[in-house]
Amino acid sequence: MPRFAVCVFPGSNCEEDVQYALQNVLGEPTDLVWHKDTSLEGYDAAILPGGFAHGDYLRPGAVARFSPIMTAIQKMADEGKPVIGICNGFQMLQEAGLLPGAMLRNQTLTYICRYLHLRPEQLDSPLTSGLSEGELLRIPIGHADGNFYADDETLETLERNDRVVFRYVNAQGAREDTANPNGAANAIAGVRNERGNVLGLMPHPDRCYQEELGTADGRKLFESLIAWTKERT
Amino acid sequence: MRLEESLAAHNLTREEYDAIVGKLGREPNENELGLFSVMWSEHCSYKSSRVHLKRLPTRGPRVLQGPGENAGVVDIGHGLAAVFKVESHNHPSFIEPFQGAATGVGGIIRDIFTMGARPVALMNSLRFGPLTVPKNRRLLSGCVAGIASYGNSMGIPTLGGEVVFEDCYNLNPLVNAFCLGLASKDRIFLAKAEGEGNPVFYVGAKTGKDGIHGATMASAEFDEAAEEKRPTVQVGDPFLEKLLLEACLELMATDALVAIQDMGAAGLTCSTAEMGARGGLGIEIELNRVPQREAGMTPYEILLSESQERMLLVAKAGREAEVEAIFKKWDLDAAAIGKVTGDGLLRVLAAGKTVAEVPNRALVDEGPVYERPMKRPAYLDAVAAVELPEPTDLEETFVRMLASHTIASKHWIFEQYDHMVQSNTIVMPGGDAGVIRVKGTPMALAMCLDGNGRYTYLDPYLGGATAVAEACRNIAAVGATPVGATNCLNFGNPEKPEIMWQFARAVDGIRDACERFDVPITGGNVSFYNETEGKGIYPTPVVGVVGILEDATKRVRHYFRTDGDIVYLMGNTDEELGASEYLKLVHGRNDGSPPRLDLDTEAALQSFTREVASRGLMHSAHDLSDGGLGVAIAESLFGPLGETMGASIALETPRRADGVLFSETQSRILTSVPSASADAFLALAEEHGVPVKRIGVTGGDTLEIRVNGTSAISKNVDDLREVWWNAIEKGLLR
Repeated sequence: MPRFAVCVFPGSNCEEDVQYALQNVLGEPTDLVWHKDTSLEGYDAAILPGGFAHGDYLRPGAVARFSPIMTAIQKMADEGKPVIGICNGFQMLQEAGLLPGAMLRNQTLTYICRYLHLRPEQLDSPLTSGLSEGELLRIPIGHADGNFYADDETLETLERNDRVVFRYVNAQGAREDTANPNGAANAIAGVRNERGNVLGLMPHPDRCYQEELGTADGRKLFESLIAWTKERT
Repeated sequence: MRLEESLAAHNLTREEYDAIVGKLGREPNENELGLFSVMWSEHCSYKSSRVHLKRLPTRGPRVLQGPGENAGVVDIGHGLAAVFKVESHNHPSFIEPFQGAATGVGGIIRDIFTMGARPVALMNSLRFGPLTVPKNRRLLSGCVAGIASYGNSMGIPTLGGEVVFEDCYNLNPLVNAFCLGLASKDRIFLAKAEGEGNPVFYVGAKTGKDGIHGATMASAEFDEAAEEKRPTVQVGDPFLEKLLLEACLELMATDALVAIQDMGAAGLTCSTAEMGARGGLGIEIELNRVPQREAGMTPYEILLSESQERMLLVAKAGREAEVEAIFKKWDLDAAAIGKVTGDGLLRVLAAGKTVAEVPNRALVDEGPVYERPMKRPAYLDAVAAVELPEPTDLEETFVRMLASHTIASKHWIFEQYDHMVQSNTIVMPGGDAGVIRVKGTPMALAMCLDGNGRYTYLDPYLGGATAVAEACRNIAAVGATPVGATNCLNFGNPEKPEIMWQFARAVDGIRDACERFDVPITGGNVSFYNETEGKGIYPTPVVGVVGILEDATKRVRHYFRTDGDIVYLMGNTDEELGASEYLKLVHGRNDGSPPRLDLDTEAALQSFTREVASRGLMHSAHDLSDGGLGVAIAESLFGPLGETMGASIALETPRRADGVLFSETQSRILTSVPSASADAFLALAEEHGVPVKRIGVTGGDTLEIRVNGTSAISKNVDDLREVWWNAIEKGLLR
């Protein structure tokens, strides 16, 4: 049985939501691991959760990338194990150089907490392997800095190599400026690394894993992660 | 400085000074005068309101802690307690909206976790002048951004609340923040020092020169120089408070802690004196051990600083190392600055030399109490009966109502608040009440904030009672039972007899309604002196009510869900346009009598609604308030994720069409019931003695409203939503 680690930084605030979804709802053993720990030995997948690690001071993720646990994260990434960054966790993975691009402030210059439509672009990834072709997701975002930026060359590489995993779209599944909440380049909501095992996304599957919370679409992403991890353990 | 000047600078009267001399048996030194100045300020001592607040009901079988502690505590079953309070941060928010509102949120959160509770929900009640005035646009954007910055960083969902626009708040915006936490019912911590010789710890942020005399500032009117008081506003650091929260909860899980109190208004002074006074003990502190942000601070400055994110705690002697280790883990300062003594004195040392020595009780319990003179305001005699022209185009009027900023969607505001973190939110902002599930139990908690300044201005008693009734109705509309309340009483200058009269009458109204609905008030605060340049606000009592829903899956939402449901209106409608949103928006007046309130009728409606909810007989329920039936119907067409549904409505009235659409008659709820449940619903209504009227059916993509058989409104639902959804953004971009 695989074991999941959720890393906790000072200022993280979504670690228990991720743990609850994986462990209480889906029955997978999931531990919270403190950022000053140096090892993730015995874990088959790691999640960097949302929140405001180190208060988002300097830049989101900019201080967290120096936490001792990030060395262990790097090691897991090198071993090909799934490493998932959600929201603030995505920003950390960018700051650590494990994922491309950077996050600018949202175009509105405000924090945005809202349900929106998400189109999986790629079904061969740790979070989407269980989805069906053309399936649209309703998942909320909650961030002030989710405006994905990368230079043209990087964007071109990401697109060409199918590394864009999620995109913001309208209710019909089409790209449209008004459906892009933060101004992200190419409406990018989630990307993966070249090898495909490190994935970051701004939306929060950890906030929509049961119908009573709005939708249960987030559950599908966690189920994909569990299946993907089991296949590789 | 001459004594008169010194007293004026400390906002103390000559009589108060003489009382201080009497208690000390000598003249106070400058530090001691500073201590009395803040502890005897209106903000900390409640000297004008205390005699009236005593009338409020504060006890009940579920109440574990009433007023007088950092927050109220109510037993919610399953071994758990809800810890909650609402508090104002009006004055600082006017001077510096972002930091003023942010530190208001930070302060109320500390009040909650000080009691041993993990904060699980925030709400706020905001009032501004109209957005046509540029300054009000800045105040709204600044306050919302400040609230968002603090609450979001703390990882506590903000479930909405209320936002109202009215001329009287032009130079006096109201920012009332509410927080609710969950604790084990047998692990509640109090701010009561115990055990002579126990060490006193200072934990959290370092002390700086900010916020000195904030409490005194909030106890006086403002003039045109208000912005010069900006240095009295504190600057918040939510990240530090998040660490402080986690460290305190970790410490509370051990048994090394005796007592804990947050440093809010009047900082170190207030927390030390209150902890000592509650325990009937003394506390001695050495200021040189207080972690300081800058060199050269005087004892006076250290004592009165309102730097944020600080706590004072008493630990068990011999357990110091445990306390220090926990705070070290979270990279926070923890300094042993003194000890509990048996002499009842607050003794302050600086480098070993006594710089202040005052009985704790004199500061906390023996402050002045005023029975200020009261007088019925003359304007109430001039309140005219309403005589109105009927609008020529009802549909156009209806659309205008939906664009009123008080009525329009508040999504521009609540989308800036993280309202989903902790993954418990099961009724989103925009509903009648915020609802969170309680993991590990089948239950949910509902909460809301309500108040109506217009009603209270025109009839303070009724305004107070209606605030309670409406809050409880909102709780009933989601299917929950109220178990406790907190209030924030925002008023003008209490030294004016008319203001004191409004206050006393509003308190009486709150008392009567709380008693009828069996909802004890477990805490809150009073904000007086909401006046700038002599102009005051409408008296604005804001009531927060917390309710229990034993089965979270039975929670009811406010919007139509299914095609072909029957729309019923519970409760009778009278033509009551006095003090209404319609009267203000369309006719530019605020006069007449506010809608009547019959507490028995209201109680019957609420228990009926709860029973319908628990039996799962309705698909939606929405309280009627600002804008009456017309607005409630429109709001029922719009779901939180952008869903819309039309309806066909037929209304009958022997009087005017605008009356039936916009009357704000109390004790009414709009509901949609699947036709298969209609018979059971009607039978229950009969049993509860609640009049219900079938007024239409849901479905389609238009809203059709006929009055006495004539079409009054026929509009596409998406077009209506567009108007309602975008009005505030448009107002801000003007």
